[in-house]
Amino acid sequence: MTASSHPKSTAHDLPSQVKQNTGESVFNCYQCGKCTAGCPLAAEMDYSPNQIVRMLQLGIPELEEEALKTFTIWLCLTCETCSARCPQEVDLAAIMEYLRQESLRRGLVHPKAKDILAFHQAFLDSIRKNGRLHEVGLVAAYKMKTLHLLQDVLVAPKLLFRGKLKLFPHSIAGKKAVQKIFKRTIQEEEKEDHS
Amino acid sequence: MKIGFYPGCSLLGSSREYNESLKAIAPAMGLEFAEVPDWNCCGATAAHSLDHQLAFALPARILALAEKAGMEELLVPCSACFSRLAATRYELQKNADLRKEIIDIIEMPYQGTVKVSNALEVLCRAAAANLNGKITKPFAHKVACYYGCYLTRPTELATCKRTEDPQEMDELMKVVGAEPIDWAFKVECCGAGLSVSRTDLVAGLSGKIIKDAVHRGAEAIVVACPMCHTNLDLRRDAIEAQSHERYSIPVLYLSQVIGLALGIDPRTLGLHRHHVPVRFPDAAPNASADSKKPELQLSGKDD
Repeated sequence: MTASSHPKSTAHDLPSQVKQNTGESVFNCYQCGKCTAGCPLAAEMDYSPNQIVRMLQLGIPELEEEALKTFTIWLCLTCETCSARCPQEVDLAAIMEYLRQESLRRGLVHPKAKDILAFHQAFLDSIRKNGRLHEVGLVAAYKMKTLHLLQDVLVAPKLLFRGKLKLFPHSIAGKKAVQKIFKRTIQEEEKEDHS
Repeated sequence: MKIGFYPGCSLLGSSREYNESLKAIAPAMGLEFAEVPDWNCCGATAAHSLDHQLAFALPARILALAEKAGMEELLVPCSACFSRLAATRYELQKNADLRKEIIDIIEMPYQGTVKVSNALEVLCRAAAANLNGKITKPFAHKVACYYGCYLTRPTELATCKRTEDPQEMDELMKVVGAEPIDWAFKVECCGAGLSVSRTDLVAGLSGKIIKDAVHRGAEAIVVACPMCHTNLDLRRDAIEAQSHERYSIPVLYLSQVIGLALGIDPRTLGLHRHHVPVRFPDAAPNASADSKKPELQLSGKDD
């Protein structure tokens, strides 16, 4: 669980930023590896979850930046198994979440993570447009972003046949209110980053 | 009992049978749903992967709308939506600065008075109070109760008491005549939000879940989450292609199982909308066509 509000960070080193934004201290970790043992995708990662924490523990700026460039932080499913099992009660899922956001802010997203990121962005675009998620629009936008045009073409007819494919989005009366929420959060930060 | 209802986006589309079956069993369960007016999407994994404030602001608007409508409790059947709404309420309760920030962003009054509940919790409570004597067609099958992530984690918000081996759904299934099995993948992750962007990884994770359920003799997997259902049901072809196995085990929402036990027509419960056919003698949507078949080889080894 993220524990705190999101003030602009003052300290430069990543562990302090993590502490400030999530309330979690990487120094509570004694590297037992239980997070990695339970992580469903550890085998697919470039660094294991406990290694990510280690990279933040050593006080070496290059390693901290390396952590933000890993594929690991984007593969994290936020299933929270690591956080639930940590004997030191380190909420690693919250740390991973912060590292993803920071990786995006600093433009350090791992090249292999571009599809995952494109999906998240297409998802948010759909909500921004309609107030609710439009599944068909989401998949179409994702395909355009990634050019995976043929993916899931076999799934679509199945969904259509079962009455699950809604060709047009549900729009809500509070669409403007939702758009305002986007303007004041994620778009505000994008503007700041570009200025 | 009248209760607030937040369907969430997938219950209007890819998991509409979850919505249909919940509404079908509501009268017998003594429940009456009042939908949150003009609700928006909770933001799901995408919002909390990319922006901290957005991840709280979207659910906060929903909770504020429910509050404004006078709701005391909100049923959130999708486990992922449940997790976002419950986490938002928890964090805004704990952190006054964050609450103020979010209230400024959504420009709505927010007190945090609405209790956020998932389907397992609400149905367990309703079953205890209302199901007595109403089970006309006991669901006499071996079931693997699959809880996934968000009914047991994060531990602060867990619905279930034993987070590594939860029992609540197992107990509920016993009430409707099913026989829950012991198995190893109750709380493992199905791959959730990577379903579209990394189908290969999801097929691997979901494949392990199905394999264990089948090997331990389950005839059906029971779930309470649209994403778990999508990954175990709709992604079955990808799972089979990757594992070189054929699995015919169907995946049912817990509300569909309760509905069948109450004697509700399978079509009303949306069983015909699944990708993997739900073939039980009493439950097949085309009961007449299937009635001659013997009670299935649902072990998964049939071809």
